[in-house]
Formats: sequence, C-alpha cells, structure tokens
Amino acid sequence: MNKALRSPFNIFASHAILLTYTLIALFPVFVILINSFKTRKAIFREPLSLPNADSFSMIGYQTVMRQGDFFLYFQNSLIVTVSSLFFVLLFGAMAAFALAEYRFKGNALMGLYLALGIMIPIRIGTVAILELMVASGLVNTLWALILVYTAQGLPLAVFILSEFMRQVSDDLKNAGRVDGLSEYTIFFRLVLPLVRPAMATVAVFNMIPIWNDLWFPLILAPAENVKTLTLGSQVFIGQFVTDWNAVLSALSLAILPVMVLYVIFSRQLIRGITSGVVK
Amino acid sequence: MTALSLKNVCKSFGNVEVLKDINLEVDEGEFVVFVGPSGCGKSTLLRVIAGLEDATSGSVEIGNAVVNTTPPAKRGIAMVFQSYALYPHLTVKDNMALALKQQKQSKSEIDQRVEKASKMLSLEDYLERRPAELSGGQRQRVAIGRAIVREPKLFLFDEPLSNLDAALRMNTRIEIAKLHRSLNASMIYVTHDQTEAMTLASKIVVLRDGRIEQVGSPMELYNNPANQFVAGFLGAPSMNFIAASTVGGAADQTVGIRPEHIRVVQDGRLKGDVTHVEKLGGDTNVLVDIPETSGITLRLFGQHDIEVKEQLQLDFDDAQSFLFDADGLRF
Repeated sequence: MNKALRSPFNIFASHAILLTYTLIALFPVFVILINSFKTRKAIFREPLSLPNADSFSMIGYQTVMRQGDFFLYFQNSLIVTVSSLFFVLLFGAMAAFALAEYRFKGNALMGLYLALGIMIPIRIGTVAILELMVASGLVNTLWALILVYTAQGLPLAVFILSEFMRQVSDDLKNAGRVDGLSEYTIFFRLVLPLVRPAMATVAVFNMIPIWNDLWFPLILAPAENVKTLTLGSQVFIGQFVTDWNAVLSALSLAILPVMVLYVIFSRQLIRGITSGVVK
Repeated sequence: MTALSLKNVCKSFGNVEVLKDINLEVDEGEFVVFVGPSGCGKSTLLRVIAGLEDATSGSVEIGNAVVNTTPPAKRGIAMVFQSYALYPHLTVKDNMALALKQQKQSKSEIDQRVEKASKMLSLEDYLERRPAELSGGQRQRVAIGRAIVREPKLFLFDEPLSNLDAALRMNTRIEIAKLHRSLNASMIYVTHDQTEAMTLASKIVVLRDGRIEQVGSPMELYNNPANQFVAGFLGAPSMNFIAASTVGGAADQTVGIRPEHIRVVQDGRLKGDVTHVEKLGGDTNVLVDIPETSGITLRLFGQHDIEVKEQLQLDFDDAQSFLFDADGLRF
C-alpha cells in the first residue's frame, strides 16, 4: 500500500465520504420504514420523527394484509424474479461457454449480436412484445414476464460470463475431455463452479430491476391473480386519495426479499468485481 | 509393435498452417520427446494425438487402430498438463479415480489402481486433500498419478515441468525417467527445454515451423545433426556458428563448432577479446568477440583465470566441426 493511502487524514476523508454516501443512500429507506409504523396524521405532521407511543400504528400493515391478496403478489414477484434469474444464468452461461470455448463460423458476429442487446432498451419493443404475447396467448400469465425478463437479462449475462469463461484454464477442460467427461459435465461440474462469482454479479445486476419493474407487469400481466408486488402496491395510490400508510408498509415489505437475496449473493459479488484486480 | 503412427498429418487454423505433413512412428516402450522453440507446433501435435484437436488431413493411429474420429477418452491415452489441471473440487483420490469411474470400472479395481499409483508416487498421505492444499510438486505428482491409473497405451506429457522451480524440476525429471523404466510404457513428452529432451528421450523429434527437422536418439542428433537448426538447438551452451571464410573456407558456408571443442592456443585461426566469463566451478564458459564474425562461446573444463578484455587465440579440430551450406544443410 502506498504512503498516501495510509495517512490518517486520507483515511478519515475517505471514511467521511463513504459514510456520507451511505447516509444519503439509506435515508429514503429509513424514512419509508419509520413512517410505515405511524398513523396517517403523524406521517404528515412530522414525517421525519420516529414513531412514539402516540403516533405508533400498524394500520398500514393491516390494510396491506386485508386489502388485495398481498401474499399472492409477493409470491408472483418471487416466482418471476427467481425464474427469470435462473433462466438468465442458465442460458447466459451456456451461450457464454459456447462463445468462449468453441471455434465456429460467425462466433465473433454472434457474440456481437448477443451483446447488442446491452445498448438497446427492451422497452422500445413493448408494442411488438405485447402483440406477440397476445398472439401466443401468454398475456396475464407469469410466463410473459419471465420470458421478457430473461430476454432483457441475457445480453449482459452473456457478455460478462463469456469474459470470465475465457479465463478458465483450457488445460482443465481438456483434462476433463481426456478423462471422458461429457461437454455438459465439463460445463456444469468444472466451469460453472469456477465462474460462480461472475454468476453472482450477473444475478444481482438483474435481480433488482426485475423486482422493481412496474412497466411490463402493468402492460403484460395486470390481472389480479398474476400481479407482482410493485404493481399490487399501486392499488393504494389513487388519483385523488392515496393511502400512504398502506403504500409505505407495502414498500417496506417489498424491500425484505431483495435484501435477503442480496445478502446471499453479496460475498460472491464482491469477489466477482474484484477478481480482475487481485491475482 | 507400433504404439503410435502419424501419416501425413497436417493441421491448419484458418489460413495458418501449424503442422505440415508430419510422419512419425513411435515403437512400444519408447520415450519420445518433441522439442522445438515456442510456436513450432509441438503442443498442437500433441493435442492432435490426444484428440483435443482434429487433424486437417492425414491419419493418426494408436496401437494400430486409426483414431482420427475417436474422442480423447476412448483413444487409450492419458495426458499430463503443464498447469496440472487438477479438478479443484475433488480430493486427490477422486481426481485420480474420476476417469475410471467414467469407464464404469468396479470399485475394488478403482481402489486397487489408485493405491498402486499413489504408492508409486508416494502420495498415500495426501489422498484426502484437495489440490489447493498441495504444493506445486505434489500437484504435478497427482497429475501424473491421474495418468497412471488409467493404464494407457500411450502417455502424453505437455511441458509438465515448466511450472516447477529448478531443484524440483530436476527431481521430477528423474522421477519421470524412473517411471518410464518401471512402467515400460510408451511416452510422448513435449518440451522446449533441450536438457529435458537430452536426458529423458530414447528418441528426440526436433520440430520447427510445423515440420519435423530431424528424428533420432539424443547422441545421434548431437553428434550428427542434419542441419544448422538442429545443431544449434541441442547442446548447452549452444553451438558456435562462424562464417567459413574467416577460417579459410568458401564464402557462403558456415562452420559450426561446439563450445567444448574450441581450444585456447598460442597461435590459432581465430582471435578476439574476452567479453564475459562465467565460472561454474566444474566448467568455465568464456564469451569471446571475434571481429570478422559473431561472438563465440567456449567451454573449458575446470577452473581458468581468464579476465574480461584479455585477448585470446583460439583454434579447433576440423574433424570435430560441422560444415553447413547457405541453406543451413549439412555437407
């Protein structure tokens, strides 16, 4: 480590900056959380104060539990996010392996074509996607969302994973071939465990936008039984009256699962981001 | 019996020809070393034999069966890689047993073969460890053990010693030689290190730019090189080449003299200033700058008091020198 990084002033300054950023990032979440435990009046009178004996209320959570099928929304969101992530990682890793491992005509072109999706937002094609879903009878099913999110996540997944797969030693794959392992076994048993940090990175990058998305659920799956959490929370926001207690409680609950998933992936994620740095 | 025979093997990647018309026979029990500078195609040739690359044309026969379309695992070969290539998630024992499990061998057979191989390589104490918990030398022994348990018709070694430090390299080299004697198996060994080639091989194949330059026993190649490339590649320090005209020969010819065949004399055909002296105890290597031609190295046995900038007169015996034409071919 060089001298500049060790001086007390620099340590203090860097911590101050990081702490400030952490506070700024966490503040909205904090406000949502405290206000979700307050009465409607208290939210508007003193939005920044902590709930006390007077203002404490679970009314928001009660409304959320009573109105609408909140657990169903929760379940829908979870199914859509987890399945999309699964397919993104599975197909992304498979495509990346083929691009990194096999020599075939048009390999570079195919890689470029798959990476193109990173630059073109999928929402541009919403109308065409909707027509496609109507034609195939997938509107108002979770499959519509899963397919769209899988398509949305694949370009970045292929791009990141193929870079990592090129780093996996050729000798190891060849040793597997000499020992009689099938290409599938080589892929699943030898290569995938070695690119796990990269997989976690891809998973986290894809998970949060999918979980928070309002656009595609609203367009492709607005029916009651397939609503996602984000869309379900919208029932509390009306044109004239908004049930803030319920909205804040719903949002607080919606944060939990992403946080759990993030904690699961985060250690791998950090390794994935820094693995190029430290050899 | 022939363990391996290559007939007119060519390999190209796109427009780049990596192997050009390779013909080679390896007899059973032979230790063949492919040697050549980096990029000469020796590793590619090994991969073609292993089946990890397909030959563009020509035929590869292992044990008298054409194996051009046979997958690596069914060719009856085993391979040891430069980077060890052990399976990181398996223990030493499972690393060695994996190929046998793939062949659906019985459990008792697997245990017996693993035990035999680990005894041979003194790996018994490490069977339950993972590769990450082993040193470089131990890892390479596991990689060799993984090859032995398969009892292949042909062993393939791809620069197995390159990642080891100098002392360990010599020990492992001796171990591989002993292994060859005790297994009496056919082995093909790729290296760019001429010392490994000279010490291990019963037959050396010198490659350059995808062609075989010469095939023969180490001493045959050393004493009777077919061309200037082979002469310069084998032997350390390498052979000196001087324009024949400086010693009274034809203009476009080159004379090659091994460093140990040059003598320091009172009045010789060559004369120059010493630029560097390497005292090794047993030998002394002296680099001399000859004005009319390139610098030459001489190797004197024992210890000598020669100083840099000293002027030396040198000579050599014509019978011990080699004469090459303008194309580098031997006369």
